[in-house]
This record gives sequence, structure tokens and C-alpha cells, in this order.
Amino acid sequence: MLDLEFMRLAFGAGIVVGLLAPAVGFFLVQRRLSLIGDGIGHVAFAGVALGYLLDFPLVLTALVVSVAGALSIEGLRARRRTAGDQALALVFYTGIAGGVVLVSAAGALNVNLFQFLFGSILTVTRSDLFVIASLGAGALALIALLYRPLVAVVVDEEGARVAGLPVAPLNALTAALAAVTIALSMRVVGILLIAALMVLPVIAAARVAWSMRSTIVISMGIGLASVLTGITTAYYADLPPGGTTVLVAAAAVLVTETISVLRG
Amino acid sequence: MSLALRLEHVSFAYAHGTPVLRDVELEVQRGEFVAIAGPNGGGKTTLLRLVLGLERPTSGRVEVPLHRYGYLPQRAQTGIDAPLTVRELVGVGRVPRTRLFGPLGHGDREAVREAIDRVGLTPQADRRLSTLSGGQQQRAFIAKALAGEPELLALDEPTTGVDIEAQEALAALLVRLRDELGMTILYVSHEFGAVEHFVQRIVLIRERVVFDGAPSALPGVWHDPSHVHA
Repeated sequence: MLDLEFMRLAFGAGIVVGLLAPAVGFFLVQRRLSLIGDGIGHVAFAGVALGYLLDFPLVLTALVVSVAGALSIEGLRARRRTAGDQALALVFYTGIAGGVVLVSAAGALNVNLFQFLFGSILTVTRSDLFVIASLGAGALALIALLYRPLVAVVVDEEGARVAGLPVAPLNALTAALAAVTIALSMRVVGILLIAALMVLPVIAAARVAWSMRSTIVISMGIGLASVLTGITTAYYADLPPGGTTVLVAAAAVLVTETISVLRG
Repeated sequence: MSLALRLEHVSFAYAHGTPVLRDVELEVQRGEFVAIAGPNGGGKTTLLRLVLGLERPTSGRVEVPLHRYGYLPQRAQTGIDAPLTVRELVGVGRVPRTRLFGPLGHGDREAVREAIDRVGLTPQADRRLSTLSGGQQQRAFIAKALAGEPELLALDEPTTGVDIEAQEALAALLVRLRDELGMTILYVSHEFGAVEHFVQRIVLIRERVVFDGAPSALPGVWHDPSHVHA
């Protein structure tokens, strides 16, 4: 299997996304923003459509539009005039509707959009891998460097504000990291499934972890294992890699839930 | 003594709502232990939020010449699903005193350890918060506030949901912290019977300041709960 270059590239991209998605997802899940990944995913679809229309690199336009969408959700939420779920709904539906209109305007409705909606990890190129690996490593390094203030905001946002921490910029950073993760993960699991890879490993890890730090580390392990198992299973069983990866992550939730129940 | 906080003619109303506070005048000196008491909906929490800068007055002026605040909100809890140890929670309280980037240094880890020790939770330091009793969790949150070396400690209904024994232990702990660390303490409670035995001063709020003085000077009628809740 690893004799084939496209499989090596797939595993390379999968390793980065498998580690990054749960690391970012941890902060979203703890802030009760598990579904923000779905919202940004739909905005990313508009970004892909814009790329078709302008004939720009699709990952680049998806990245820019996703970050803008994520910051909009965070901005609306932070101003407290719009409840979090309403802000999400606004951006979510605007994104998907904008995507459909832009794709139609670009005359690209006949293009195989499925590779972005459900992933196409086997078509990852060397230059794709370079972008995914460099941006992914940068995002992980940023999380490691800013781990303590990011956690402080997640644990007690109001307390962090009283203590003088830059809460709004830290929340905006989390939203931007989510957008970057989604743009990078489009090829691996697809726009419609990426949120699952950000959320399910975190839910699974929290069932068996003993501290916050261990939750993040275990969730990254589960994310990585899900991607590697998903791609391998998909290769041998001729299944779609994105869907298979997410099913493995869902199975991990069931396994850790069972362990948690058995432990009492 | 020097000034810890001053409210001058402060009024506050939430957007399109009736006034919560009207023309409040209050001055607290550094090192004072003050109970802010009064009926539910009387404006106690709002007053605390104005002092902490979480709300802005509709009119009037709030002056707080202190720089480091510790805040224990009502029913303090983390609101996260992931397991969290006492040491991790208290470490969060240390973040404002450190640089933003990188791990905690040796001195900061020592400050966290000391804050845990001050509230008597050293044996539970590496236990998950969710496995502790309500009173122990309350003390863990106080340790979190202490880790930031606050000049002002603000507690909002800290005894809600904890038993009498834990309430008394909390009171004794706060008196000790005030004496040892010289911090100013604002303690908001709707049941001032629970606080009047250990504070120097009670401020009763019902939209306005209706009493401000030593607990012993409190008119007898105010001890009647029906009066407070009227």
C-alpha cells in the first residue's frame, strides 16, 4: 500500500489533519461550539465556489472565506446581540446559499463537487501536502504556545476578562484556527464531515481522560488513529476514506463510553 | 488606609429595562472585608460587576485604583465537559500574572502550589474537580483567584449550594486570607445572617444603599428575613 505515492501523500495529509482537528476541536467543544465546524464548513463551500468563479486555487479561497466566516460568527456572538446558535445559523445558511449561487454563476455545477463535500484524500498532491503540513504545523505550534491563555478563556471566560486577559483576540484566534483546520481538511474528510473529526475524538477522550491536558493528548491520538485506520480500511475495502474515518471516530466514542460505564 | 474603590452617584439599568441601581454612593478602603447584602434582584451582583468592569454605569463614576482582581461568580463552575484537576484550575488563575506564551515557570508553579495549600486542598491537588464536595470545589475556585495574587477578591453568593459547615469554613478562610494577605474582600450574599458574624461592614443594597455600617449597628428590623425579601 505504501509503495503507491498517492497513498503516502494521503497518509501524510491524514496525519496532520488527524492531529490538528481534535486539538482545535477541544476548545470548540468546551465552549459549547461543537457545531461551529459545520457552519464554517458550509462557508468553506462558498470559498470553493468562489475559487471556481475567479479561477483561483480552491484551498486558498476556501481558507480566506472560512476565516472571514469564522470571525463573523465570533464577532456576532461576542457582541451578545445575537445568540451563539443564531450567529451560527446566519453564517451557516448564508455560506451554503452563497456557495450554490457562486458555483452556478461559475458554470461549475457539473464539476465533481463531491471531492470537496465528502473528501478526496487519494487525490492529494505534493504541493497540497506541503500546504497542509506547513499550515497544520504552524497551527499546532500556536496552540502549544498559547495553550494556557486559551484554556483560561475556555474554563472561565468572565474570570479571564476580569483578570485582564485579551479574551476577544483569543476567541477570534480559536475561530480562525477552526477555519484553517477546515480549509486544510477538506481534501481528507470533506466539508460535510470535517466537524465530526474535530468533535468526536474530543468527546471520546473526555470519557476516559483524567485531566484537561490528558483529554487533548488522548483526543489527538484518537483523531490520528481514526484517520490512519480509516484510510487503510478504505483502501482494502474500497470504501470512501472520509466517511470511513468518521465512522472509526464514532466507534471510538462508543468504545470509550463503554469503558467509562464499566468503570462506573 | 488607602482607597480600594469608590462609586459616585452610580446608576445602572440594563437595556430597555427598569433601573437596577440608583444614585449609589460607596467607598471601600484597602484591606476591608465588606459584605454586600440585600434582597434578590436588589442590584448586588450588578454592583459587583460594575466594580469589576464587567458592566458600565448608565450614569455616575466607578473608580477602582487596584490592578489585580479575583472573581468568584455565582455558582462558580467551569462549564466544560473535559475532566479538570484542581491544579489545572488553579493554574488557570495564574495566567494573568505570567507571560502569555509558553508553559508555567518554576516560580508560577510554586505560586499555584501555595494557593492550593492556602485553601487546604493539597491532598486533592491532582484530583478531578468533579469528584470533590461543593465546599471543596468552592475552595478550589478561591485558590484559582488567589493564584493571581489579587488585591481585590470579589465573591458572588459563594455559599449557594454548600452546607453550613462548609459556609463556616469558608468564612474562616476568608478572614484568614484578609489578615495574612491584606486583600480587600467584597462578599455578596442575599442572606446576610450568614456573613454578619465575620465581616467588619455590611452594605445593604435595594437599588440604593439603604444601610452602610458595622453589623452590630444594623437595625433589628433588618434581621427579619421577611423585611429583606419584601
